[in-house]
Amino acid sequence: MQLYLPIADLPVNVFLVLAMGAAVGFVSGMFGIGGGFLMTPLLIFIGITPAVAVASVASHIAASSFSGALSYWRRRAIDPALASVLLCGGVTGTTLGVWTFTQLRALGQLDLMIALSYVVLLTTVGSLMFSEGLRALMRTRRGALPPRRTHNWIHGLPLKMRFKRSKIYLSVIPVVIVGIMIGFIGAIMGIGGGFILVPIMIYLLRVPTSTVIGTSMVLTLVTMLFATMLHAATNHLVDAVLALILMVGGVTGAQFGARAGQKIRGEQLRLLLGLLILSVGIRFAIELVIQPSDLFTIRELGVSG
Amino acid sequence: MRRTLLAIVLVLLLGGAARAERLIVSVSNHRVTVTPNYSGEELVLFGSVEKDAATPADRTDYDLVVTVMGPRADMVTRRKERTFSIWINTDYRQFLQVPSYLALFANRPFDAITSPEIARRQQIGLNNVLLTQRVSGDFADVVPNDAFRSAFIRLRTQRGLYREDASAVTFLTPTLFRTGIPLPAEVPIGTYEVEIKLFANGAFIGKTETAFEIVKVGFEQFVATTARQNGLLYGLATVAMALMTGWMASIVFRKD
Repeated sequence: MQLYLPIADLPVNVFLVLAMGAAVGFVSGMFGIGGGFLMTPLLIFIGITPAVAVASVASHIAASSFSGALSYWRRRAIDPALASVLLCGGVTGTTLGVWTFTQLRALGQLDLMIALSYVVLLTTVGSLMFSEGLRALMRTRRGALPPRRTHNWIHGLPLKMRFKRSKIYLSVIPVVIVGIMIGFIGAIMGIGGGFILVPIMIYLLRVPTSTVIGTSMVLTLVTMLFATMLHAATNHLVDAVLALILMVGGVTGAQFGARAGQKIRGEQLRLLLGLLILSVGIRFAIELVIQPSDLFTIRELGVSG
Repeated sequence: MRRTLLAIVLVLLLGGAARAERLIVSVSNHRVTVTPNYSGEELVLFGSVEKDAATPADRTDYDLVVTVMGPRADMVTRRKERTFSIWINTDYRQFLQVPSYLALFANRPFDAITSPEIARRQQIGLNNVLLTQRVSGDFADVVPNDAFRSAFIRLRTQRGLYREDASAVTFLTPTLFRTGIPLPAEVPIGTYEVEIKLFANGAFIGKTETAFEIVKVGFEQFVATTARQNGLLYGLATVAMALMTGWMASIVFRKD
């Protein structure tokens, strides 16, 4: 069934987009991530311009993280204080990100920047996660204990605050900086940033695993809602029809993914996720290096009259 | 339909009244509505060459060139170049107020209809249509084989938005003719101007004009218009939709 997407300005097969939403939803449910880093490239792949893809995926991630956040809230697995400090940074970062997005689009370098950020971020995070997963897997094979967590330089920073539910005593500076960073890259790349945020919170900020996913989902939710608003108000690029199909597919797929994820062990899950992220990054890298089939592109600046 | 015909007649009377031949044309539909499941269609333009007393009696071999031009827009063509081993947009040209849809139809090859000089003056053929560019502060069209100009035409042609067909116009009788105007799925909305130029023995005899309109209707068009005109409201609605979907999902799939 063909459906015309009003903002992306092209007809798509509803079932294809629904299936893509469900597949990404499955993966995101399995790994407990938003899945934006998979969704945006897939949309670009079926011919939607990177700009529209990034802007529309933001609302899709908002929907899936809201349903996730609700269930974590009921389980009291969200640290409200930590979430609000993160959000201060997140909202600032998103505003900066959408502004940069608009500037890059006017310069004609947006597609390149999106591709470059994907390459850099995904290959780095992917290989880190993959090697960490491998090491963890070896450790369990040998039956060794995981290395003990120690305090690092981050815990020496001033402006400390007590986060009750997470039971940590931490400076707000790194928390706000992390929020800004995630908000910024999220707005430019069309990702929620969960797959970066969760490791940072665990390894750098030492947030306990009980509250880490729920709290990161709150940040994702609010930054993505905010990004949707800004993209809609400034660039008019959010395709609500596309977003709705993705949301419906995504939230359904996520439920089955979550069940599948419970059957796989943590280290294997991280290994798989690392591999997945890495391959998306490599795919973007190849695209940049090989000669495009057409060196020319046209962009309409708006019809008048 | 009758009003348009009347308008055409009026134009003919006021404009090219002194000419020996008159062109009477009409399109099959003056208002094309694009619905969500629109996948392209074809309009038909038909007409006849009316002779009058002043027409030389032996003149029969007419040639016709039909030009269809969609709403005008500014466009940018960018070129990628290899820099630091990756492909980056480096150079660009801005095309000012060029037609978003452009089709040229004739009954035989353009170069057989008339001389290159007249073809250039009458903008016959995609190579001769005026496409104004901004070249370092100046406004001008460039030579037809300019890299940006030919890439622009090639890309528009690939999308079915620019086309030329030197066999699309058929003469049913020596004076009665028809041609199809294909409109692809992603046709731009707006007013389309149709210009019909008549040639005989390589000389330009006269022209007439008509127009049709493409409008999009339905939910999709409503969404697109709202997004452009009330961005903030549209954003709020999308946000509300996202929250609703998320909330519904958490209720539907609630485990406890």
